[in-house]
Amino acid sequence: MQDIRSSLRKTFQSIQASLPILMGVLLVLSILNPLFKEYYPKIFTGNYLVDPLIGTIAGSFSFGIPIASYVVGGELLKEGVSLLVVTAFIFSWTTVGIPMIFLESAHLGKRFAFMRNALNFFLAILIAMLTTITLRIF
Amino acid sequence: MMFFLAITFLYGVLFFATPTLVSAAFQDFLKTFLSILPILAFVFFIMFLNNVFVKPEAIGKHLGHDSGLRGWLYTLLASMVISGPPYVLFPLLGELKDHGMKYSLITVFLNNRNVQLTFLPVMAYYFGWGFSLIFAFYVVIFAIFSGIVMEKLVKMS
Repeated sequence: MQDIRSSLRKTFQSIQASLPILMGVLLVLSILNPLFKEYYPKIFTGNYLVDPLIGTIAGSFSFGIPIASYVVGGELLKEGVSLLVVTAFIFSWTTVGIPMIFLESAHLGKRFAFMRNALNFFLAILIAMLTTITLRIF
Repeated sequence: MMFFLAITFLYGVLFFATPTLVSAAFQDFLKTFLSILPILAFVFFIMFLNNVFVKPEAIGKHLGHDSGLRGWLYTLLASMVISGPPYVLFPLLGELKDHGMKYSLITVFLNNRNVQLTFLPVMAYYFGWGFSLIFAFYVVIFAIFSGIVMEKLVKMS
């Protein structure tokens, strides 16, 4: 009984800490996403160096469940955006979250959150390159 | 709470400049928030069960500092089957961290989220199986790599 009571209290404290941040993050996303979505096809011009970087930046500002990034990425492919860009975009969508950094910091630590996001930012470009090169070989 | 108040204030200010954009954004926010409420309720329930049944020693054994290779394997498998947006997963991982989960395994879990068994057919539908499998392979390899790097970086700092 004691266990259940203290667990309830602990869970309630977690809800109290995360809910305002979660709502704030969703508000940021709701205002940023329509702006970014509209400009995605115009931003990518076919440059092999700049495009994946922009793809990573765009993905870093968008987030959600991975399936959403596949749908957006698929639509971008249809619009003529290269696979290199889309790969960087879908990887960073899931693993880099600039608007989420406050929430991540609150739960996992500021230093961890910043370092993990920075590392993934560069990995997004690397993985996009490796994936498209490997796909070409096979 | 400060972050939420700041964003609410920003919405208020922006509303006077672009009422249409802000109204649409707020409606989108409400729609998203309501749609994730059931997932949130589920996650909070899992957190409660986690607090009741999962003892710090057990976490330490499977995902903690002495978890070894099995901990990595469990984490990789967990990240492939547990889906959900990061804002739902961070509180859960924060709880597990407090119970002794290693930073390397937290990194592996977060970075391997692109390889979701349930979503793989959707990825294949858009990009083909060849791309999906190659992409999944690199995601797993680099999730492990970043786990190792992050553990070292956190320890160094």
